[in-house]
Amino acid sequence: MRNVYRSDLNWSDVTPRAVWMSRRQLIGAAGALALAGPAAASIGAGKSALSTDETPNTLEEISSYNNFYEFGLDKADPARYADALTVDPWAIEIGGLVDKPGSYDLADILTGVTLEERIYRFRCVEAWSMVIPWVGFELATLLNRVGVQPGAKFVAFETLVRPEEMPGIGAGYLDWPYREGLRLDEAMNPLTILATGLYDEPMPKQNGAPMRLVVPWKYGFKSIKSIVKISLVEEMPQTTWNMLQPREYGFYSNVNPTVDHPRWSQASERRIGGGFFAPRVDTQMFNGYGEQVASLYAGQDLAQDF
Amino acid sequence: MNAQRINGALRPVPPLAVYLLGLVPLGLLVVQVFTGGLGVDPVKVIERQLGEVALQLIVAGLCITPLRWLTGVNLIRFRRAVGLLAFFYVALHLLTWLLLDLQLRWGEIGADLTKRPYIIVGMVGFALLLPLAITSNNLSIRRMGAAGWQRLHQLTYLAAIAGAVHYVMLVKTWAAEPLLYLGLVVALLAWRAARSLRRAGLRSA
Ligand code: HEM
Repeated sequence: MRNVYRSDLNWSDVTPRAVWMSRRQLIGAAGALALAGPAAASIGAGKSALSTDETPNTLEEISSYNNFYEFGLDKADPARYADALTVDPWAIEIGGLVDKPGSYDLADILTGVTLEERIYRFRCVEAWSMVIPWVGFELATLLNRVGVQPGAKFVAFETLVRPEEMPGIGAGYLDWPYREGLRLDEAMNPLTILATGLYDEPMPKQNGAPMRLVVPWKYGFKSIKSIVKISLVEEMPQTTWNMLQPREYGFYSNVNPTVDHPRWSQASERRIGGGFFAPRVDTQMFNGYGEQVASLYAGQDLAQDF
Repeated sequence: MNAQRINGALRPVPPLAVYLLGLVPLGLLVVQVFTGGLGVDPVKVIERQLGEVALQLIVAGLCITPLRWLTGVNLIRFRRAVGLLAFFYVALHLLTWLLLDLQLRWGEIGADLTKRPYIIVGMVGFALLLPLAITSNNLSIRRMGAAGWQRLHQLTYLAAIAGAVHYVMLVKTWAAEPLLYLGLVVALLAWRAARSLRRAGLRSA
């Protein structure tokens, strides 16, 4: 039994939020009583084997503490201003080395994909972290559908630039559009998803509605939001933070406690959610996803390719 | 004259009033800790807020003398309170970092103190303020003599630069606010420097 939602259903049709929440509480209680069996079996609807069994942050935490500079520098700015963003209609231009390039309507992309829940750890380069129950589908599904041509080695992504709805654009904090990229094997990894929701809600605008990337073993800024363009390319694409500070932000930006950011240590992280006493915990190599992704980097010096 | 009227009105105000006023930002933070008004990451907000208030107080302290030059309004009597409050906030800022942010992980604290330029610069600021706080009392002034005391307290300028540079260094992109503080500090110091040079010039002429 997998937690698979058909895209023609509303998530709330499948699991009303209240039920979902109370189920979580029950699970929590069961866990506390040590009655829960193996994690996968303990959640009623089941969940992806790739999900963590750690307790997710609340929707409020996830949607009120965001870095989305298109809406401002303060972490409260996205929640404050993203309301103005129009996310419907939404088209995504898929191009470069693909068999079926074109401008795809989001609805078309979502027809036929099966959305599933992925509860992932999320580690920001600023040394804080959360646990987030994304709803989405594997990026590989989309890439296979549009047909990746043999010469393609990287995937480049771009975020929407719409100054009239995004007050941070005019302030020029970054060189817009926000750009990110993955190596093709990273993009094809089953952990890499395009997310369209959180809990059983459509993606909050401040979290990158209507569709964003989630790459859980990399620092959060790689998980680009509100995507309007995906290109399959031969050369390593330019990425926004690397363009700004090449010494501080590498193309790979894998979570790595042994390679510090020049301005702060990456050895540990503060888990958002504990309030005044939010615990600081050790950061794990690849954010704890080494089993799935370490082999991608065999033979690479990760201090060099940071 | 207006300045005289203001100075007259301020005469009965005890420095204690400044201390109490200076504790208001701290009080607001404490209230917000209990009401949840600091958002989902209260530790970062507290840490940053304390740093920002400290920097504001340092800048306020630097404004007192130029304000007198410019307008004749004399707040010198309150300068010690402003300075000690600034130190108090820097100390709380440092404690927040040690206890709530890094949670006494000494290995990482040591690494940060030796490897992270913005932490080092902040710590230099704290170290410069420490002797100033210790000597901000009448006994020290008497012991050191006014000239020596004043020379020591010129460290304020360096501390102010350290605090503002620390802020510029820790933001991830070019933001207006830290640059504004740095600009303000540099302008205030340049003004003093220009004035004392002019005076030296006059004297030797
Ligand atoms: C003269 C002394 C200092 C002044 C004036 C000062 C001022 C500031 C200011 C203005 C901020 C930014 C506030 C904001 O973003 O609104 C800040 C942040 C910070 N300061 Fe200081 N600071 C001082 C010393 C220190 C020391 C001694 C430490 C630790 C050793 C320290 C650690 C930090 C940290 C960790 C941050 C937050 C960085 C982040 O956003 O993650 N500061 N400080």
